Amino acid sequence: MINLKYKRHFIYLLSFLLLACNSKDQDDLLQSVVLNFSFEHFWDDTPVSNADFNDFKFTTEAGDVISIERLRYLVSDVQIIDANNVGLEYDVYNLVDVTAGEGLGFEFQDDIPLGTYTVRLTFGLDNEDNAENYADLNSANFNVPEMLGGGYHYMQFDGKFINSESAEQGFNYHAIRAVDISGGSPVFPQDTFFTIDLGTIWIGPSTDISIRANLAEWFKNPNSWELNELNSVLMPNANAQILMYENGQSVFSLNE
Amino acid sequence: MKQLLLVFLFLVILSCSNTEESYSPISAPLDIPEVFENNILPPVIPLDNPQTEEGIALGRRLFFDRILSGDGSQSCASCHQPQLAFSDDNPTSRGIEGELGTRNTMPIFNLAWNYSERFAWDGKELSLERQVLEPVSNPIEMNSDWDEVIDRLNAHPDYPTLFNQAFPNEPISADLVTKAIAQFERTLISANSKFDRYLLGEVSLTANEENGLNVFMDEARGDCFHCHGSPNNPLWTDNDFHNNGLDATFTDLGLGAITGDPTDNGKFRSPSLRNLAYTAPYMHDGRFDSLEEVIDFYSEGLQASPTIDPLMKKIDQGGVQLTDQDKADLIAFLLTLTDPSFLETQGPPN
Repeated sequence: MINLKYKRHFIYLLSFLLLACNSKDQDDLLQSVVLNFSFEHFWDDTPVSNADFNDFKFTTEAGDVISIERLRYLVSDVQIIDANNVGLEYDVYNLVDVTAGEGLGFEFQDDIPLGTYTVRLTFGLDNEDNAENYADLNSANFNVPEMLGGGYHYMQFDGKFINSESAEQGFNYHAIRAVDISGGSPVFPQDTFFTIDLGTIWIGPSTDISIRANLAEWFKNPNSWELNELNSVLMPNANAQILMYENGQSVFSLNE
Repeated sequence: MKQLLLVFLFLVILSCSNTEESYSPISAPLDIPEVFENNILPPVIPLDNPQTEEGIALGRRLFFDRILSGDGSQSCASCHQPQLAFSDDNPTSRGIEGELGTRNTMPIFNLAWNYSERFAWDGKELSLERQVLEPVSNPIEMNSDWDEVIDRLNAHPDYPTLFNQAFPNEPISADLVTKAIAQFERTLISANSKFDRYLLGEVSLTANEENGLNVFMDEARGDCFHCHGSPNNPLWTDNDFHNNGLDATFTDLGLGAITGDPTDNGKFRSPSLRNLAYTAPYMHDGRFDSLEEVIDFYSEGLQASPTIDPLMKKIDQGGVQLTDQDKADLIAFLLTLTDPSFLETQGPPN
């Protein structure tokens, strides 16, 4: 599921002004470009698809054996920044639904000069986007309750693990905007969406950008995740959300 | 002036004549409720079966007509009764031969918003049109033969004309019967409950109903929203398949029997929570007579099995152990999803 909105904006005002001064030159260089983003999933070096779900075949850093049963997550706001720090931000979002095998790629087209760019995305939705109402995400039942501040899940990662009593137990590793409701009303201690920096990429007329998601990292780095302690009801747990945010930093990379 | 009038009359006559020769069904788009318009994607209407006034009227007549059953004793409405939100009050339904089926009759409303287009408890029907085919010929339901049904419809004094108006120049067929009934079923829209009016700012909830909503949306208590929608998804279902922990072992494999995948065993489609006041008994086999029994089950009665959904919590304790007050309030909230107006306007044709 991709939603490409018409809004496209320059991300740095100063750069925008510089660019405006050189608009004639820029116009001459503009070419139609198609960017194809795709997502591939791994558990460390082992490829993972929905065919690997419902099977206790993965072991976390902490030694918990797990099965994956459901995995969906949002990426949004593609940024393309050139060597002069001139950039464009595309107000897009895409629900990657590994369970259904849908949304594993998306593409869009624009007219930009060919060249080398730094490419970035956002994991989840930034706070401005998270406050909007998306019919497709509502229809996909991806909402966060109003009592937790509303908006949308960034990720829904469900499965089972073998607990300390050797029994199968469910886990719900759901990433949302960290929220503290201990005082009754939602308070947001820190942002937990984050930037996926894919580094520099040569962008030609048709460019494939393959993103590698190492799912093991959600349970590994820098926090070795103890599923026996943190397995469900993590949405209202701000500390758990911040741990997820920290671990998420190393999940995504350019698949080279 | 007289000449102008004659020309006008000639054009009118010509127009009427052309209409008779090539009748075009009148487009009848669904009337989409505001709470749906504001929140969710548009309904799914197949390109090869657009909604028309004639198609809907034909489908409505067929739905309530016993002509589709083998012995003329049952119609779709025998089990899908309008006064029960198009469900019935039996645990499982009895066919024309008196034999009981294995599944509870699902209510019929808001089906055009089932985006995955997998229908029935086990998802075996991959479109609304295809769903209509099976009950007619199923030996323990209407036990009819489609060829005989078509013969009966062709010999009927009204149906040939009605079919020709709905589907001009096409011979009556099972395909057209399913298209007409599916068109009618897509018009069965329920979105006028107290909670819908609450979403539109027209009414308030009681304190108990508000707490019930909070139980529903609280991951640590009901956690119902992950499968059963929310104020942002007012279908009140994800239309997906889950093993909700009814049984430790399965006599009915549900989705697993359709896909052949053992990891799907015991999974059934989440039903909408709208109109629960009319749709007892509950679950795919109608095992629970009351909402109290349903809530008790989710609170204390969960059964572990290999395919139980990981969203089900505290299974080793039987569930999340709701307090009596939370249980009562949860039911109070669920009953705000009742839409009495839905029952009043959806009866058989005059």
